[in-house]
Amino acid sequence: MKIISGMKYNLSDTAVMSGRVLRHTFRSIDTLITVVAMPIMTMLMFVYVFGGAMDTGSIDYINFVVPGIVLFTIASGVAYTALRINNDVTGGIFDRFYSMPISKSSILGGHVLTSLVFNTFSTVLVLLVALLVGFRPEAGITGWLLVFGILLLFTLAMTWVSVIFGLLANSGEGAAVFSYPLLGLLFISSAFAPTESMPGIVRIFAEHQPMTPIIEAVRALLVNELVGNNALIAVIWCTAILIISYIAAMRIYTHKVS
Amino acid sequence: MIQSTAISVNGLEKSYKNLKVLNKINFSVQSGSIFALLGSNGAGKTTTIKILSTLLKPDKGSAQVCGFDVVRRPDKVREEISLTGQNAAVDNVLTGRENLRLIGKLRHLPDVNKKVDALLEKFDLMEAADRQVATYSGGMRRRLDLAMGLLGTPAIAFLDEPTTGLDPQSRIAMWKIIKDLSQSGITVFLTTQYLEEADQLADQIAILNQGKIVAEGTAAELKKLLPLKPIELKFLDEKEGRSALDLLRDYNASLDAENQTLTVTTDGSIRQMMDILNRLENADVWVAEFAQKLPTLEDVFLTIIGNKQGKDDEK
Repeated sequence: MKIISGMKYNLSDTAVMSGRVLRHTFRSIDTLITVVAMPIMTMLMFVYVFGGAMDTGSIDYINFVVPGIVLFTIASGVAYTALRINNDVTGGIFDRFYSMPISKSSILGGHVLTSLVFNTFSTVLVLLVALLVGFRPEAGITGWLLVFGILLLFTLAMTWVSVIFGLLANSGEGAAVFSYPLLGLLFISSAFAPTESMPGIVRIFAEHQPMTPIIEAVRALLVNELVGNNALIAVIWCTAILIISYIAAMRIYTHKVS
Repeated sequence: MIQSTAISVNGLEKSYKNLKVLNKINFSVQSGSIFALLGSNGAGKTTTIKILSTLLKPDKGSAQVCGFDVVRRPDKVREEISLTGQNAAVDNVLTGRENLRLIGKLRHLPDVNKKVDALLEKFDLMEAADRQVATYSGGMRRRLDLAMGLLGTPAIAFLDEPTTGLDPQSRIAMWKIIKDLSQSGITVFLTTQYLEEADQLADQIAILNQGKIVAEGTAAELKKLLPLKPIELKFLDEKEGRSALDLLRDYNASLDAENQTLTVTTDGSIRQMMDILNRLENADVWVAEFAQKLPTLEDVFLTIIGNKQGKDDEK
């Protein structure tokens, strides 16, 4: 009985905490612009400005670029998770929560859950705009479910990376900085241009870093082509990042509060 | 169950790397009283509050809050306390009401809305209740912070420098709130840098200096330890000041040459005042201004630490 009521409190505390962070997110015009408007603008730019010059073979450029844009959206989204966690730590409300008789996992849990919810929201929004400008996915229900699963796993992994930065950084700006290397990885991947067009060493890097298999897998699923090993490699990358960053984040967290 | 001791601290030690922040401190706080931990910046006040509110673990020693050990039963301690930190830990993005509701929900309180309304009323925040906290003044933020702490009807309220950075009016309002808290039966543990504040509020005061409790007692008891009345003598020029310093060699006196002001420590007795003024009069040293100073926290420290060193030397 005690375990059940404990779990009930745990869930309700996490729900309350998530409600708080969601309010933060939707009340911040800044977040909405960076996380939703920026990726959409980038997509429009790639489709209408650079897209014509890209040779993506049998796939329309818009269909080619959407997976990269979605990852771009998520990478900017988790930067805000780091920022908000950092604000809580440096602002002292973290201490307040910690000195209260509440489920301790709900303090970070609220941020993590909000990150998942908000990134799902922004991804759906970006996909809707993509549909308006000519994105034509051919995936069936299984395909979509797999896409959703991979993206959710990617978001979760990136969220836990952001927790590390949120806990460690001295300022909010510092905490959000980690998203730049993420965006860098995206640009040196098959997100915006096929890797075949890249010179030797860049191409080798692009083909062996985690973003490329994730993008390739999502792209293949969306246009209903053969996925090959990419989905498996993507899942392995995300799971490995998730496990490592979760363990690191929890260590830092317990160290921080005791 | 009625407990007479709300907090008891025994031989508490805490270091950060090589720096000893708390060095074997002991004190106890009676239930229902106001206890002030007085000290300057870096004395270890916040570290003490963090240990008592389960945010930090001590290296050595033990502390009981409401009869529960802070290390072994932190969950029990958290049920009994509220913590109001130094930099008003309120949520800027939410409104005042939402802040209170958040805490109410996390504490799984019944009738949250009713309790929130009552606190908004009590802390004079009703008008601003639905505004984002980012628009609040410093005093309002502190009041909201305190109200958030009181939602769980704690037995003990920890207030870390509750009035630092407030304007005089807000400070007096905060003092009244703290007195009201105590009257409603809550034990108040506060830290402060101001002797006056401890004097105004506290039933019991402990002075913390460089991680050690250097004195403990009621305000009246502590004041007996003070150089009761330092006096300030202002002269027309530096030369006069120097002659006065010379005449008062056997007193503890220091000259501020730039302002031609001499500060002399006295025991506050008329006899000593007369003696000082007579000597100057007899030597034809003209005193332009004369003032009695209120003892500052620094005076207390200096006296107590001076006494201690004196005693140590005798040993």
